[in-house]
Amino acid sequence: MSLNSTSHARSPLRNNLLVNIKAHLASIWNTVLQISRDPIGALGLFLVTTIIFIAFFADFLMPYDPNQINVLNRLADPTWEHWLGTDNLGRDSFSRVLIGTRVAMQVAIVSIGLAMVGGIVLGLISGYGPKWLDSLLVLIFDSMSSLPMIMFAMAVITVLGPGTYTLIIVIVSVSIPGYARMIRAQTLSLKNSEFILAERSLNASSGRIIFNHLLPNVVGSLVILASMDMPVVIMLEAGLSFLGLGIKPPDASWGTILNDGYSFIRDSPVLIIAGGGPLILATLGFTFLGESLRDALDPKLKKRGSK
Amino acid sequence: MLNYAFKRVMLGILILLFTMMVMYVAVYLIPGDPAAVALGPRATPEMKADLLARMGLDQPIYIQFSSFIVNILHGDLGLDVWSNREVSAIISETMPNTMILAFASIGWALALGIPLGCFSVIYRNSFVDRIIGILSVSFIAIPSFVVAIFVLLIFAVQLRWLPAIGAGEEGDILSQARALILPAFAIGLGWVGYLARMVRASMLEVMGEQHIRTARAFGLSETRVVFRYALAISLIPVISLIAVGMGGIISGSVFAEIIFARPGIGNLTYNAVTSRNYPVVMGAVMVTTVFYVSITVMADLLMAYTDPRVRDVLK
Repeated sequence: MSLNSTSHARSPLRNNLLVNIKAHLASIWNTVLQISRDPIGALGLFLVTTIIFIAFFADFLMPYDPNQINVLNRLADPTWEHWLGTDNLGRDSFSRVLIGTRVAMQVAIVSIGLAMVGGIVLGLISGYGPKWLDSLLVLIFDSMSSLPMIMFAMAVITVLGPGTYTLIIVIVSVSIPGYARMIRAQTLSLKNSEFILAERSLNASSGRIIFNHLLPNVVGSLVILASMDMPVVIMLEAGLSFLGLGIKPPDASWGTILNDGYSFIRDSPVLIIAGGGPLILATLGFTFLGESLRDALDPKLKKRGSK
Repeated sequence: MLNYAFKRVMLGILILLFTMMVMYVAVYLIPGDPAAVALGPRATPEMKADLLARMGLDQPIYIQFSSFIVNILHGDLGLDVWSNREVSAIISETMPNTMILAFASIGWALALGIPLGCFSVIYRNSFVDRIIGILSVSFIAIPSFVVAIFVLLIFAVQLRWLPAIGAGEEGDILSQARALILPAFAIGLGWVGYLARMVRASMLEVMGEQHIRTARAFGLSETRVVFRYALAISLIPVISLIAVGMGGIISGSVFAEIIFARPGIGNLTYNAVTSRNYPVVMGAVMVTTVFYVSITVMADLLMAYTDPRVRDVLK
């Protein structure tokens, strides 16, 4: 089995998608309806939609330039001009929270996307490739997950220096094993299932099997895993930025806002609430949505009572 | 069992070796000159050479790596670049503080999470169950460092009930315990949620078993059945959850120690990272990894001992 026949397998995939696009949209719409019937799911959906909306339109929603310094009006309490007050440099906290929302979403979506792609490739290699490679990859995944996440992050940051790219590298490397393991397990269990054997006996290429049969079968689990990963990744970004090891000041992130608030905790609690509030709402929203999505897409789990 | 134990321990050692290697290669591949970065632009070549020699970075990589491994096996983690003290001494000084914090956190989480899980099962599918479920998910979702900052703000800065920084007076148990409350609360809160969920899920499976039916047939109350006959069995998967979660607890401790300015391995590592003190970072990461891997190995062995089905995984 080799993976080199992926190139001419793309067209059947696209074909397949075009033919089924209506059915796909309908099933997505059904899932959304199902989620919004559950109060917790509806709350999650509302929070997540709001956050994504803010992330997209932050430029239009911001009343001030988030990096505009005004030392005469520092650590001000909320007023009609500054809804969330101002920070230690007199910057408008509300604008900084809005742009921080965009930063959080950008980092989270880019990292999870990259981790997903990496996880799919490594998981397929692991599940489909030779045994020795599989053992080696599993050892790497095990080692990655046996490092406490934050210790690993600090080690990598010592080496590469803090910044947005380091942040993404850290998040991607700690997230890949989860996706890769899942894809590997699914590949191993599907590899010998009857419909794949039938496909193979009809002389189908590895590419066709992977793109037409394996991947469509794991999309559901991938989506669930990714949505469960969102709060973790948002937390990591904010946490590392809070420590000054992620997004670099003066750029705003929920973490850097919290850090400013922490430094001036005895002067004003407003900054901490401004940075911590959205972070809590975001992690709650994505967790509620993720839980609800899992129940909607994977009824087997619900039956086991792990809700 | 012995066969499984041997394989599991070997796998643990292999993972440790591999992590050490990756860490070592990573530090070796630092872009640019670590000495120049650490000392700043005004450093003289002699100062750089001296620092490189002290970090052991002037030797070929294979010699560095093998001596690194040999030294670690001797318990020698090198010298702190700035204070010239032994890294192993610094770590063994700070480690107990982190351990106390970790155990206090998991302790109160167990004390609250397990009963919550049991009540969820007793009143399953009722309003109480639903509320406990939503609370559990929320506790899990809220990042522990945000909880830490908020409790610091409320209970230490605004209400002044508890100390804001430090680990308490040396030798004064009461003051140390008071300093422990807020950080342990912040780290443990998410665990209350995890444990309640895990106990609920695992107990619901146990509730379908024959001995529970027998207990019910004797007319025992649901509360007695749950606490007396179902709880012990339901706790088996919790062992492995706690072991795997140890990594998360260490991560939580890092934040809590920084926020509450507590001496500990997390604070130590953070300060070493910001001052680019490589030997201390390496030492601290190594020690926590060894700690974490040994805990997971022990938990797996315990699981395999109590549940023979687990042993098949490594066959």
